[in-house]
Amino acid sequence: MCRIGSIKCREAVPPSLALRLMLPQQEGHDNSGFALVMQDLEGAFSHYKETPLLSLATTPEGLRLVADHMAALGFVQLAQWVPEVDNRAGLNMAAMPRYVFSNYDWPEVYRYRGQKDREELLLDTRLALRRLLEEHDAGYVYSFWPDVLTLKEIGDPADIAAYFRLWDDDGRLVARNIVAQCRQNTNYGIVRYAAHPFFLQGHTLCANGENTLFTRNREFQQSLHRGYTGFESDSQCLLYTLHYVHRELGWPLTYYKHVLTPLPAAEAASREDGEVLGLIRESLAQLEINGPNAIIGLLPDGKMLACCDAKKLRPLVIGGDGDMVAMASEVCALNAILPARDKEKDIYPGERELVVVDNGLELQRWLQ
Amino acid sequence: MAPVKRKAPRGEVAAQAVSVNDLPWLVRHDAGRCVLCGACTAACTFGAIEAKLPPAGASAAEREARKEAGEDGRPVIVQKAEAAHACTGCGMCEKVCPAGAIRPVRNPDNRWAVLSRTHGEPARRGGRGGRSVVEAPPRERTLDAVVIGRISQMTDPALDSERHTFELRSPLGRLLRPGELPLRVEDGRLVLAGETPPVRWIYPVIFSDMSIGALSTRAWEALALAVAWLNEECHLPVRMSSGEGGVPTRLLESERLRYFILQIASGHFGWNRIIESLPRMKADPAAVLIKVGQGAKPGDGGLLPAAKVAPHIQAIRGVPGATLHSPPNHQGLYSIEEAVQKMHLSMNAAFGFRVPVAVKCAASATSVAVYNNLLRDPYHICGGFFLDGMLGGTGAAYSVSLEHTGHPVVSVVRDCYRAAAGPGLQGRIPLWAGGGIGMNGDAAADAFKLVCLGADGVVLGRLLLQLLGCVGNEHGRCNACNTGYCPVGICTQDPRLVRRLDVDRGAQAIVDYMRAFDAELRKLLAPVGNSALPVGRADALVATRRDVADRLGIAYAC
Ligand code: SF4
Ligand code: SF4
Repeated sequence: MCRIGSIKCREAVPPSLALRLMLPQQEGHDNSGFALVMQDLEGAFSHYKETPLLSLATTPEGLRLVADHMAALGFVQLAQWVPEVDNRAGLNMAAMPRYVFSNYDWPEVYRYRGQKDREELLLDTRLALRRLLEEHDAGYVYSFWPDVLTLKEIGDPADIAAYFRLWDDDGRLVARNIVAQCRQNTNYGIVRYAAHPFFLQGHTLCANGENTLFTRNREFQQSLHRGYTGFESDSQCLLYTLHYVHRELGWPLTYYKHVLTPLPAAEAASREDGEVLGLIRESLAQLEINGPNAIIGLLPDGKMLACCDAKKLRPLVIGGDGDMVAMASEVCALNAILPARDKEKDIYPGERELVVVDNGLELQRWLQ
Repeated sequence: MAPVKRKAPRGEVAAQAVSVNDLPWLVRHDAGRCVLCGACTAACTFGAIEAKLPPAGASAAEREARKEAGEDGRPVIVQKAEAAHACTGCGMCEKVCPAGAIRPVRNPDNRWAVLSRTHGEPARRGGRGGRSVVEAPPRERTLDAVVIGRISQMTDPALDSERHTFELRSPLGRLLRPGELPLRVEDGRLVLAGETPPVRWIYPVIFSDMSIGALSTRAWEALALAVAWLNEECHLPVRMSSGEGGVPTRLLESERLRYFILQIASGHFGWNRIIESLPRMKADPAAVLIKVGQGAKPGDGGLLPAAKVAPHIQAIRGVPGATLHSPPNHQGLYSIEEAVQKMHLSMNAAFGFRVPVAVKCAASATSVAVYNNLLRDPYHICGGFFLDGMLGGTGAAYSVSLEHTGHPVVSVVRDCYRAAAGPGLQGRIPLWAGGGIGMNGDAAADAFKLVCLGADGVVLGRLLLQLLGCVGNEHGRCNACNTGYCPVGICTQDPRLVRRLDVDRGAQAIVDYMRAFDAELRKLLAPVGNSALPVGRADALVATRRDVADRLGIAYAC
């Protein structure tokens, strides 16, 4: 089983806070990795919030391949942040030779294009880079999106943090939203792409559990959108469904829950919106999940969401103190970073609930 | 040419003469136990046995012995040595004999294969396809080499089959792709802004299309009764296809029509009554099923031998009393485009576009092509693709078709599902699989495996007859459904035989089986951790045979 967590804060916070959220839960995970997605960045990236940020872990050859490819596309590099790593011996982690986070200016031809076109360009570019790096076995590209940074590594989370000097809190790497997870996907092969959180066009998701309808989800999704690829982890399907419902179909967020875990047919039929719910279920049956899952998601506009499967077999708790809201698999995680919060107000989302936290830290609980 | 009857003089061997040892079944009669009641000869619908005085005996000593035993002049039961009256092994004689004095035994030395084709007529029979009449026990079926091998344990707890709420429903009707749904966002909610094709969510089992005519009216009634009971008392929305033989007017004009799927096949039998009833229908039928082919005799039309076309059958079908042979295809349909436009559109229109229209084909090497065409039809009017495999049963067919034509259904279901999944069209036209489902009695396991391979539901036929009391099997027992002499009154129109069937008890047996089926299906869903049917979840299965694993694209396990 893995453990997941996320933080949403008025002020940008460092990854060490996410580590402090995750480490108390370590009895529930196997310390096999650490991955986080940070959104709404400050510090080193505060001047480049509008320009796409590429998150890479590569070999030197990979770096060259990426540079050539980006240049050919007309992307102009504006800034680059290379973490000063601590190479001391004895750290339990499988480091890649290079970790590079670069901001690019839009290619000339895209300067006056609309938002939608730009978003498609970012996806196509990331997919192309991924293929390129795979062909040369030269590394990984995790996200390419404005104001979003992804870091993933295999190993002991505390050691990974030491390696990246995440404990130093030097103020350069801070964000208002962090989604984190401390375990490589061990159901399948241990590969970096299989580590949550997953990212696609501004949508981030991590999940705890098992998607028992993985095969069915995947077989439907792989022809649905070119961005639905990889499938190294069964939880990627949950991200793709979020992306599909929210971005591609443009349906209100609440329908994400209706698609994932539809109401029992008889109950749905007796509702005023029964016909619509019935149609959605008929049409998107292949995207249903039917196993245990707790889900944390982050949307392009910064809204953070949480929900569970219909049988509610995986735990999730949400708590906050007015300046910060945190979500985690276990309450000990909240106690670690929010000890003074009003615990009475903690939310344990029900099997029919979708919880959404907006940028003002207002919490909305919506019942299916 | 009429058969030459030649009586050989006593003692001379006549090579062409038929002896009982040439027939597929031998009747063993124990004269010592026989109480001379005559029940067996009265029960045997095939006239296979008769009471006769034994021949006088060869020697004086033997005559003396019989006299002493008091058996002189006492008749014995003998089997007729005639192909036309061959024992079918039905066992009715054994069933009625109060003394346990008679029973049929399988005859491995028979010459039935050559005897059954006299008079220049192809051999005919009923029963399941793909199997020789006198063959030994069947080979292992594909589904028997597939097991549910992915058991939820630590990472994903199994469910409690008794207490968890399961949703066992399957669609019948055309399902739109998400982008095609006429939905509009209004105040943060989706609202319907247009029409969608009719879809029924029903139990994943349909009772197969067995017509009134092929079945006795009482047998059909027993099935219909079971369907109504399952729907109204057991909350199992099972549907039943009428078969191509019409539907009683009373049913057509009753609310319960909604449990029935009206079939239209190439003979259009019974459709006068259906059309005439349209203005008086109180409920829509569950669906209309266009039968293009059937698994047991693909490429051949329906066959109702004259012996079964009794007056009430003539009335309900609107036909004279002669052998009824439906054309092998629908006249005027020469391409799938035409099929879509003419049949589907006219059937859709006939019921005001409120009733899903599906099509049934014999499983075939071409099934994927047909399915692809249906999936891509731009009108969204095909609401189901019924695939009938070669192990399906039939009331009457030429043996050569039954045994040598057809296609197993399992790989076809899988191929169709995968073909649809390529472009993301899986689930748009529900796949229903039939033909040999529950052959070994485990219909729930067969259904679950087919669902994992991509079927939305299954169609049961022969199994239902067996529940009614049919004694036929795949090893050549009975299968005389074509003769009009069905010994249990299921497949005949002879009022004396039909009386043998107890409608209520027959319906009860089907209801009981379906209740068990439902519990068993839950027993299979629970360990894989799913509360709804996992259509296409092939990863839940493993095959114990490499060839099966490779062909179906599932894991091999040994
Ligand atoms: S087994 Fe059936 S066909 Fe054979 S003798 Fe007995 S009743 Fe007649
Ligand atoms: S018992 Fe009747 S239905 Fe069964 S095989 Fe014999 S003739 Fe056919």
